[in-house]
Amino acid sequence: MALDESNKNEESRVNGAAGKATILKEHIVEIISDSGEGAQKCGQSFGAIVARMGIGVWTVEIIPAEIRPPARSVAGASGNRIRIGSDQVTNGGDETDLVVAFNEQVLLGRIHSKELKQGCAILLESMWREDKDPKVAKSYAEACEHLIAAGYKVFEIPMEEECLKIVPDPRRGKNMFVLGMLCSAYSLDLQIAREQIALTFAKKSEKVVKANVELLEAGYEWADKNLDLKFEIPAEKSSTPQIVVNGNTALALGVLASGMEICAMYPITPATSASHYLSDAFESVGGVVHQAEDEIAACAFAIGASYAGKCTVTITSGPGYSLKQEAIGLAVMGEIPLVVVNVMRGGPSTGQPTKTEQGDLMTTIFGSHGDAPKVVIAPGTIEECFYSVITARKIAETFNMVVVILTDANLATSQQPFKRPEFDEAWLAPPIDQSAVPEGAKPYDWHPETGLARRFIPGQPGGMHTLTGLAHDVHSHVAYDPEINQQGMRARSLKLAALQKSLRPPEVVGDREGELLVVGWGSTKGAIEEAVARLRDEGRKVSSMHFAFLSPLPPGIKEVLGGFEKVLAIENNWSDDPDDEIIDESNRRYTALATLLRSRYLVDVDCWSECRGTPLKPSTVRHLILEKLK
Amino acid sequence: MMDSGHSISPSECLLRMYEEHHEIEDYQKGVPRWCTGCGDNAILAAIQRLCRDEGLLPEKTVFVSGIGCSSRLPHYMNTYGFHGIHGRALPVAEGVKLARPELSVFVNTGDGDCCSIGAAHWIHAVRYNMNMTMMLHDNQIYGLTKMQASPTSPIGLKSNTTPRGSYLEALNPLTVTLGISNVSFVAQVVDWIPEVLYQVISAAYHHKGFSFVRIIQRCPEWLPKLMEPWLHDPQRVLMLHHEDGVEISPAVAKVYTRMEEHDPSDMNRAREIASSIDPIPTGILYRNEEVPCYEDVRLDGRLRTASLVKQGLEAEFDKFTVWPDASGQA
Ligand SMILES: Cc1ncc(C[n+]2csc(CCOP(=O)(O)OP(=O)(O)O)c2C)c(N)n1
Ligand code: SF4
Ligand SMILES: [Mg+2]
Repeated sequence: MALDESNKNEESRVNGAAGKATILKEHIVEIISDSGEGAQKCGQSFGAIVARMGIGVWTVEIIPAEIRPPARSVAGASGNRIRIGSDQVTNGGDETDLVVAFNEQVLLGRIHSKELKQGCAILLESMWREDKDPKVAKSYAEACEHLIAAGYKVFEIPMEEECLKIVPDPRRGKNMFVLGMLCSAYSLDLQIAREQIALTFAKKSEKVVKANVELLEAGYEWADKNLDLKFEIPAEKSSTPQIVVNGNTALALGVLASGMEICAMYPITPATSASHYLSDAFESVGGVVHQAEDEIAACAFAIGASYAGKCTVTITSGPGYSLKQEAIGLAVMGEIPLVVVNVMRGGPSTGQPTKTEQGDLMTTIFGSHGDAPKVVIAPGTIEECFYSVITARKIAETFNMVVVILTDANLATSQQPFKRPEFDEAWLAPPIDQSAVPEGAKPYDWHPETGLARRFIPGQPGGMHTLTGLAHDVHSHVAYDPEINQQGMRARSLKLAALQKSLRPPEVVGDREGELLVVGWGSTKGAIEEAVARLRDEGRKVSSMHFAFLSPLPPGIKEVLGGFEKVLAIENNWSDDPDDEIIDESNRRYTALATLLRSRYLVDVDCWSECRGTPLKPSTVRHLILEKLK
Repeated sequence: MMDSGHSISPSECLLRMYEEHHEIEDYQKGVPRWCTGCGDNAILAAIQRLCRDEGLLPEKTVFVSGIGCSSRLPHYMNTYGFHGIHGRALPVAEGVKLARPELSVFVNTGDGDCCSIGAAHWIHAVRYNMNMTMMLHDNQIYGLTKMQASPTSPIGLKSNTTPRGSYLEALNPLTVTLGISNVSFVAQVVDWIPEVLYQVISAAYHHKGFSFVRIIQRCPEWLPKLMEPWLHDPQRVLMLHHEDGVEISPAVAKVYTRMEEHDPSDMNRAREIASSIDPIPTGILYRNEEVPCYEDVRLDGRLRTASLVKQGLEAEFDKFTVWPDASGQA
């Protein structure tokens, strides 16, 4: 996919401290191995080191679909992809520039899935050339030959041999040798790397730390001596402390910070790691992760706890979200605050559990039978994952509504540094109201203009009533009266409008007028904004607008849309290709956001999308914008 | 510390006055819409009596239910109530209890609600063993949806979905419950012996842990004849009694002469008794006060102050922080 004709890396050679280093604006590095060989840890450490040096970074986990794929298999690549740059990096970028592979098979897998740049640098473990198994040796030799012929710069490196000089089992430690090589190749500060290793292995013995530091240094020296690769990414050190976590950990930290006390969940990829982290960390602030018997129970449990006065979160992904839908409707009907996190994966059905997709927007906004108005928000960065939970709880409790946070596998597994948040007591939930309810007050005393009503919480004297999922009147009495039903439906709907009035329109990146406005939501933010910025640099009249609130849509949108000749939604969900033979305007299915905008604002919003399970690449976005501009 | 007996602290005095204030009417709300003769009426009466006798504060008491005729019960209680969705009363109640262990939580559910659509939750609720009382209103039919066979319907029962008689052996809620790890209280009672109904519900309430009470409840609307043989023949009811269980009053003993002294700690005998369908055993089959409650296992009782949250959060942030000065706070 050599879509990106412009070379964004204005390379130039300078004389750095460590010899001649090529100054780069940005680079994408990938470290891949069989699972269990430590490429993940190597990648994370590399990401942390560059972050400490102030270099912009976005890390993406490479996860095989199977738990233990056979060794040396094309589908088995496990590791990390790290995009580094002089400026802030907001997405995973395009194709990889330099890859370190522990065997040639995982490497071939990555080439097959078109993740590597044509002709990129490959640092390959060379032990396989001499493998006892002639088939392995042959496969390795052939692969090398083939890659070189195809123009790749292959560096065969005796990693195993070098590590054996330091440790008896290189399976534990080769990753740190590789880290050392990368530190040399990217002119990173070795002292910072040493400190990072001490942090990474903080829970291990001093002996382990020492061995790993030795491996790091050995890798560094070896590369300095033998490797003709020297880059430098100039960057200014950030003056504020940064947090480096993935989106799921950011969400979990948000749960801690929001003051919620209970998370009810059932394991499901790719949401589970948030609950894993919470299970470990939540107790430190007096919280509980309840692993329920299924998602229905998890949601009902969360609803029960919320009803009892402690707004609760339930975290899941697509299939689990589908199961929760009936209970979510109950929370809507009963006006119980509830926070639901849906870390989207490929659907429908079991779909692609480890892959990313934005396929659940419609089911989230319109899901659960009947009219079930709820708030839907979608963080677009790792930092927003953190703050979205705090916002969600606040909205849930202020409006007595269900708030759904939509993230996806892309955000869940990507790391990006953000400014360390400063704790604010206002994040926390107020203490449970146990005051007596004034005489004559009603549990659903819907405000005629906003639909808002005060909620009575168990323990409040005088507030006794039976919450019901059946249609009910202001007293929470079951009522099938046509007028009363209208009244309840209206109140629940008005709350969305009341919230909408308090929102600001999303920021327009670029001019407010032009040829094309690109709209998106959620995890595609970085890729879209980067592509648009590139095009603007090239003189194109393109802007972008990214939605964090999907329900309700903020005010002022129509005015923004009106400033552009064309509007294009770019998303990671399904839409029909208008060029397909049987597709025409009467049957074309648009992306979710395009459908929403078209129906609400009567604006001809065009769309483009793909469901490859991978994050959008800025070069892809740039290319298709150029197509639309033709 | 006050010295016992002589003086009463002002707050306790107030509390007592408050508690003593409640009469049965204070727990009643609305006019039940059940059919005349429906066993749910008897269950409601027993519960209201229990609330009065135990002086439960209406605002500190929550009745949670699912969907069905039986699940309407919370609407007739002047306490807090949660009338949720079909089959999910138990997880809702568990959430309430974990969030607010100081609340008294009751669950009213039907044989469809609990033993069919909510069966997974039933099994796990027994295992969680949270301190609450669950009443299974088992009328052996789907009442609200107009007479479909339920998992507890006797084989051969004609219903709207089994016009030629139901096909499967009935599920026995007692043996199922007794087979689940952590089971701590299992009892059975019939709606037509109000005194024992009350005694058993009261014992269930006093048990610390998850109390499972199956109540054989008549549905005169759809199955007017089903329980007739048992109603007319007291010999077909087996009264379990024990000094650690329910003691049978002379009045009841006069009519229900078929008795067995059963020690509720005897699981093996409990299982044998549980498998008896005729006669119907009533009383406490099993009780074990030693099983830990989930809420006690999970909650550490620390006050969740802002400073506790801040401390924990900052410690977590520290784990992931990249400090500007590398040599600094790593
Ligand atoms: C998800 C769902 N499925 C089906 C129903 C319809 N429904 C309501 S109550 C009920 C069965 C009630 O039977 P039971 O639990 O025995 O209660 P009873 O009315 O006999 O007291 C059914 C099937 C529903 N409300 N929700
Ligand atoms: S249908 Fe049966 S269970 Fe329902 S109220 Fe009538 S008698 Fe009771
Ligand atoms: Mg029933």
